[in-house]
Amino acid sequence: MTATVGQEQAAARANDVWKVYGSGEAQVAALRGVSAEFERGRFTAIMGPSGSGKSTLMHCLAGLDTVTKGTVMIGDTTVTGLNDAGLTKLRRDKVGFIFQQFNLLPTLTAQENILLPLSIAGRKPDPAWYDVVIDTVGLRDRLGHRPAQLSGGQQQRVACARALVARPEVIFADEPTGNLDSRSGAEVLKFLRNSVREHGQTIVMVTHDPTAAAYADRVVFLADGQIVSELIEPTAETVLDTMKKLDAPVEVGN
Amino acid sequence: MLRATLKSLLARKLRLLLSGLAVVLGVMFVSGAFVLTDTLGRSFDAVFADAYAEVDVSVEAKPKIDVSTAEGMPLSTPMPASVLDRVKAVPGVADAAGVVAAEGARMIGSNGKVVTSFGPPQLGQNWLGESDLLELREGRGPQADDEIVINAALAEAGKVKVGDRVGVLTLAPKKEFTLVGVFGYSGGRDSIGGANEVYFTTPVAQQLMLGKPDVFSNISVQAADGTTPAALRDELARTLGADYQVKTGEQLAADASAGLKEGLSFFNKILLGFAAVALLVGTFLILNTFSIIVAQRTRELALMRAIGASGKQVIGSVVLEALAVGLIASVLGLAAGIGVGALLAYLFGQLAGGLTLAGLGVPASAVFGAFAVGMLITVVAALLPALRASRIPPIAAMQDVATPDRPLTKVTIGGAVVTGIGAVLLFLGLGGHAGDSTLATILGGVLFAFIGVALLTPIISRPVVSLLGAMFSWSVPGKLGRLNSGRNPRRTAITAAALMVGIALVTGVTVILDSAKGSIGALAEDTIKAELVISGSTSGPRPASFDPAVLEKAAAIPGVQMVDGEYGDMAVVGGQRTWVAVSSNVAALQQIFGAKAAAGDISKLAPDQMLVSSDTAKARNLSVGSTVPVQLSRGDARTYTVSGIYESSQLTNPVTLPPQAAADFAIPQPIQGFLQLAPGTSVDAVQPQIERLLADSPEVSVADRAGFIEQQTGQLDSLLQMIQILLALAIVIAVLGIINTLALSVLERTRELGLLRAIGLRRAQTMRMITVEAVVISIFGALLGVVVGTGLGAAVVEALKDEGITDLILPWGQMVTFLILAAIIGVVAAVLPAIRAARINVLGAIAHD
Repeated sequence: MTATVGQEQAAARANDVWKVYGSGEAQVAALRGVSAEFERGRFTAIMGPSGSGKSTLMHCLAGLDTVTKGTVMIGDTTVTGLNDAGLTKLRRDKVGFIFQQFNLLPTLTAQENILLPLSIAGRKPDPAWYDVVIDTVGLRDRLGHRPAQLSGGQQQRVACARALVARPEVIFADEPTGNLDSRSGAEVLKFLRNSVREHGQTIVMVTHDPTAAAYADRVVFLADGQIVSELIEPTAETVLDTMKKLDAPVEVGN
Repeated sequence: MLRATLKSLLARKLRLLLSGLAVVLGVMFVSGAFVLTDTLGRSFDAVFADAYAEVDVSVEAKPKIDVSTAEGMPLSTPMPASVLDRVKAVPGVADAAGVVAAEGARMIGSNGKVVTSFGPPQLGQNWLGESDLLELREGRGPQADDEIVINAALAEAGKVKVGDRVGVLTLAPKKEFTLVGVFGYSGGRDSIGGANEVYFTTPVAQQLMLGKPDVFSNISVQAADGTTPAALRDELARTLGADYQVKTGEQLAADASAGLKEGLSFFNKILLGFAAVALLVGTFLILNTFSIIVAQRTRELALMRAIGASGKQVIGSVVLEALAVGLIASVLGLAAGIGVGALLAYLFGQLAGGLTLAGLGVPASAVFGAFAVGMLITVVAALLPALRASRIPPIAAMQDVATPDRPLTKVTIGGAVVTGIGAVLLFLGLGGHAGDSTLATILGGVLFAFIGVALLTPIISRPVVSLLGAMFSWSVPGKLGRLNSGRNPRRTAITAAALMVGIALVTGVTVILDSAKGSIGALAEDTIKAELVISGSTSGPRPASFDPAVLEKAAAIPGVQMVDGEYGDMAVVGGQRTWVAVSSNVAALQQIFGAKAAAGDISKLAPDQMLVSSDTAKARNLSVGSTVPVQLSRGDARTYTVSGIYESSQLTNPVTLPPQAAADFAIPQPIQGFLQLAPGTSVDAVQPQIERLLADSPEVSVADRAGFIEQQTGQLDSLLQMIQILLALAIVIAVLGIINTLALSVLERTRELGLLRAIGLRRAQTMRMITVEAVVISIFGALLGVVVGTGLGAAVVEALKDEGITDLILPWGQMVTFLILAAIIGVVAAVLPAIRAARINVLGAIAHD
C-alpha cells in the first residue's frame, strides 16, 4: 500500500523506493517499492518488526544510503542522484539527526555540541531561536558540562537541541529512546512532540516501541520491506494491536 | 570545527606526542646540523681574522699544484729571497718580512709519540720576533740552529718545558732541538684554532720546511700610512707579475675559513643523513598513529559528516591535527637541535685543541628547516589517513559498519611497482649509469626500495607472521597473540616496516663494511708477498711517514730479502690530476705486489722513465714510448717516457715514477714500507730489529701481516660502530612505534579482553598474549630488515667489485643478534600495553559501550 497525505507539500517523500543488497543468489530486498510522504509540521513514526526495513527506509530518506530504484525527495530537493557535495549541503541545510547512541563528541561541552552543526557550516546561530531551544530542552544550567557529566536523558536532550538549532526541514530520529529509561524516554518524546506542535518542526522517528510511537501524529508500519498499514493519532494500544496483527502469519491488509 | 579538532587533539596528546617524538628527533638533527655549522663557521672566521690581523697584504708564488683546500693545505711554492727586496721597493710598503710557514712540523712529545692534532695544521715557521698577536710567555726566541720555540698549547700537549731537548719531524727525518721559549697569543690564548706551531731560526725553517736555503713561502707586507691594503695589493700584483698571488689579510682569512667550512659541510651532510633516516622511520610511525586514530574515531567522524561536515572539512581536521603535532614536534626538535648543535660545537672545539667558539648561532636556515621538515613530514604522513577519514560514510554514525577487510591487491601492486622503481634506480646508480647524479640515484633507489617493501609488507606478513607465530602456538595465550598480530596486516606491516628501515640500514652497512674488511684482508693475505709492513695510521691531517734511511738499514739485516718503500703524491700528469707513486725498489712491483707486465719492461726505471697501469694507459691513450709531462708538488714540470705498462690490479697505482722523483713529493718520505724475508727466516727475529730502526720515526710502526691487516681494517671497525650507534636511534623510534600500535590494539579490544578475562584468562596469560603479539611483530620487522639490508648491501658490494671489494661477506652473527634483539625489543615494548591490558576491569569492559 501507499502512504500518502493529500497535503500541499511533503517535507520528505519516497517514490517507489527499492533497496536491494547483494546480488544473485544472496540478493536481499530490504525495501520493495515503498512510496510514502511525510508531511510538514508533523511527527511521524515508522514502525515494524526487526528486519522490516524501517531503518533502511530512514537511511534512504535522509540520503545516508543510496536507493536501488525509485526517488527520494526532501522538500523540493531530489536526493536520489546527488553527489557527495550535494548530499553534504543537504545535510547542512535540510536534515537533522538524533541517534540512539546520542553520538555527542566527548571532548566538547554541551553548548559546543549543540552549536557544532552551525559551526561546521560556518553559520552563526539565531540568538532568539537558540534561547528558545535551550529553554525548551531545559539545559541552560548544564551548557558547560561535558557529555560524560550528563545523564543519558540529558545527553539525548543535548542531541535533540543540536538537531533543532539549525531548523532543518526534517529531523530523522533513529530509536531516540532506545538507550533511555522510560522516564527519560518520555521526557525526550514529549519534548520532540512539543517542538512539532509549538514550532512546526517536522520529525520522522524510527522506533519499535509502541509507547514511543504513540507520541507521534501518525504511524507508518513496515513489514518485509513494504508499507503495510498506518495509523493517524495513534495510542499505545492501537499501535500494539496493529503490531500484533503484523506479527500474525496471515498477511494483514489495510 | 576548528575547536572540535583542537579539543580532540588535546584528548589524545600523549599518543600524538609519542609519535611526534620521531619528528622531534629528525628535526633535532636538521636544526642541530645548521646550528653547528653556523657556530663553527663563525668561530673559524674569528680565528682567521685574528691570525691574519697583522697582515695587510701577503705575497706568495702560485702553487705548483692547485689542491682544493678541502683536500689539504696547498703547498706553497717557495720563492727566492730576492723577491723580498722587490716588494720592499714598491711604494706604499712600510715594511715587509719574509715568512716561512708550512704544514708538517710534527713535534715529538715527552712520551716519545708525535703530538697530533685532529684537523688543525701543524705549522713549522721562521721566528720573526714578538708581535701584537704573539707574545713570549717564557724564555726567548731561537738564536742558534738547534733552538726552537713552540706555542703554549703544544708545550702542554707534548708535556715539554723550556730547556728540554725535543725531536721534530719535518721534511727531514727527526732532528733534535733545544726548546728555548714558549709563547702564547694576545688575550691569553694558548693556540689559534688549535694549530700546533713550531718556530725555527729562518735558515733552519727554510731548509726543513721548504727544502732549500734562501726561500720564503710568503712575504707579509705592512702598508704605509695612507695606503689601503687593497690598493697596495693591486700595486704589488702589477709589479710582481702573474707568477705571484697577492692577497689582502682579509682575503686570506676568508679563504682559509672557507676551506674549513667546506670540510664542515661534509659533517653537516652526515647529520642531515641521519635526520633523513629518523624522519623516514617517523613517517611510518605517524602514518600508523593517524590511521589508528581515524579508525577509532570512525563514529565521531561519521557524525560530523551526518551533521553536515563535507569530506574536505574532515580531511582538513585530520591535517590540522597533523599540523599541530608537527608544529609542537618542530618546536621541541628545534630546541633540542640547538642544544645538540651547541654540544657538538663544544666537543669539536675541545677536540680541535681549544677552538675559541664564537657565540652560539641559530641561523634562519635552522629555524626554517626545522619547521619546514617537521610540519611537512607530519602532514604528508597524515594525508593518507585523512583521505581515508573523508571516505567514512555518514551512515557509520548510526550503525557499526564493519570496515570491510579491504583487499591487499592495490597495495601489493603499488608496492611491487615502487620496489621495481627502487631496483631500477639502484641498478642505474650502482652500475655507474647515472653519471653525475650517482649518489642521488642510489639514495633515491634505497628510499623507493624501502617504501616499496613497506607496501609489500602486508601481503608478506600473512605467511611469515603465521610461520613466526607457530613458535608460540603451544599455549592458548600464545596462539591468541599470534592470531592478533595477523589480524590487521596493514597495521602490523607499517609497525614492522618502521623497524625494518633501521635494521636494514645497519645490516646493509655491516655487509658492506664486513665485505670491505674481508676483501682487504684477503688481498693483503694472498697478494702482498711481504712478511713485515711498516705503516702508520693516518689520524692527523697528513699521512704518517718515516725516515728513508730505515729502508737501506733494513735491507742490510740478515734474512731480509727485499725492501720497498712506497711514496705517494697528487700530481698533474699530462694535464690531469693523478695519484702518482714511487716504489724505492722498482722490482718490488712484481715480486711483492705481483704486478704483471702488459707491455715493455716493468722491472726497472731510469730517472726519466715512468710506468703506468693498463687502465691509465687505456684512458690516456698511452703506449710504451709515449712522453708525458708531469708536475709534482715541488720543482718544475718534467717529461717522462713510458717504459712499461703493468696490468691494473687492486695493488697497482695509476702511475709509478722513478725513485728520484720522490724528492719533489709534498711528503718526500716513504709512507709505507714492505719487507720480504728470505725463506726460513723467523719474523719474530727480524721484527725487533726493524722496531729499533724506527725509533726516530714515531709516527709509524712495524707489524707482521696479521697486524697490518688489523691496522688497515681497524678504521672500518670504528666507522661501523659509529654508524651503528647513530642508526640505533632509528631502532629506538621503531620501538616507540611498536608500543604505540600495541597500546592502541589493547584499547581497541577492551571489550574482547574483558570477555577473555571473564571466561577465565588470567592476568599473566593476558600479558603473555600481548607480549607474543609484540614479539611476532618485531621479529617480523627485523627479519624483513635483515633480508632487505642484505640485499642492499650485496648490491653495493657487487657494484664495488672494481673498487676492490671482491668478497661478499654476510655477518651471520650480527643478523642472529638483530633477531634476538628484536625479540627483546618486542618484550620491552609490550610491557606497558600488557600491564594495561591485564588491568582491564572485566565488568567495565563487557558493559563498555
